Amino acid sequence: MKKFMFVNRKAPYGTIYALESLEVVLITATLDQDVSLVFMDDGVYELVKGQQTKDIGIKNFSPSYRALEGYDVEKLYVDQASLAQRGLSEADLLVPVEVLDTAQMADLMAQQDVVLSF
Amino acid sequence: MKFGLLVSEGPYTHQASDSAYQFCMAAIAKGHEIQRVFFYHDGVNNATRLTEPPQDDRHIVNRWSSLKAEHNVDLVVCVAAALRRGIKDEVLAPGFRISGLGQLVDSGIKADRLVTFGD
Repeated sequence: MKKFMFVNRKAPYGTIYALESLEVVLITATLDQDVSLVFMDDGVYELVKGQQTKDIGIKNFSPSYRALEGYDVEKLYVDQASLAQRGLSEADLLVPVEVLDTAQMADLMAQQDVVLSF
Repeated sequence: MKFGLLVSEGPYTHQASDSAYQFCMAAIAKGHEIQRVFFYHDGVNNATRLTEPPQDDRHIVNRWSSLKAEHNVDLVVCVAAALRRGIKDEVLAPGFRISGLGQLVDSGIKADRLVTFGD
C-alpha cells in the first residue's frame, strides 16, 4: 500500500479538474491505497455547502464528497489560509475536515509516496 | 529509476505534452525506464490520429507513437476522459491503448516517481 495525496486547487466549476480528480480518488480508494485529500486555493470551494448549479447547466457533484466515507476516504485536509482568504470557515463546508496551517500541510505532504495535484 | 508520467493537458494548446515527451527522451537516454505515460483530462487529445498539424510544426501525436515503436513505452488513455472528448478506439493513433484510471494508480504504485505534466 502506498500513500496517495490528491491536492485539489481549483474551483469546482469552470474547469473539469475537480470532477475528474474525484474520479481518480474513488478508483485509488477501491484499489486499497492510503488516500488523503487536500483542498487549498480555490479548491476549498469544492467543499462549500449549498452549491446550486442549475443555472449553469452543470451537474452539482458536491454530494459525492459526502459519499467518500463509504470508500473509507476519511482523511480530508483543508488549508487554513485558503479558507480565511475567501471568508470561509469550517462551518461552511459539507463534510468534516481537518484544518491545517502551512507548516502542518508541508509535513503531511512530505510523508506521501505520490502527490497528484488537480 | 522507473518513472510513470501523467499528461493532463492537450497538445499544441499547452506545453505539457511537449515537456513530457522531452522528459521521456532525456530519461531514456540516461538509461532510466519510462514505466507508462498516462493521458488524462484534455491530455487524451494527444492520442487521436486525426491530428494534422502544419508541415513545418512538430507532430506531437506521431512523436508519441514513435516512442512506443522505438522504446516500447506504454501509452495509456483514460477511458472515461476519452469518451467524454470523443476519443475512441477508431480514432486512436498507433501505439496508444485505452484503459481505466486504475492504470494511473498502478503507475503510482509501481514507479519510483510519478511525474505530472500539466497545470
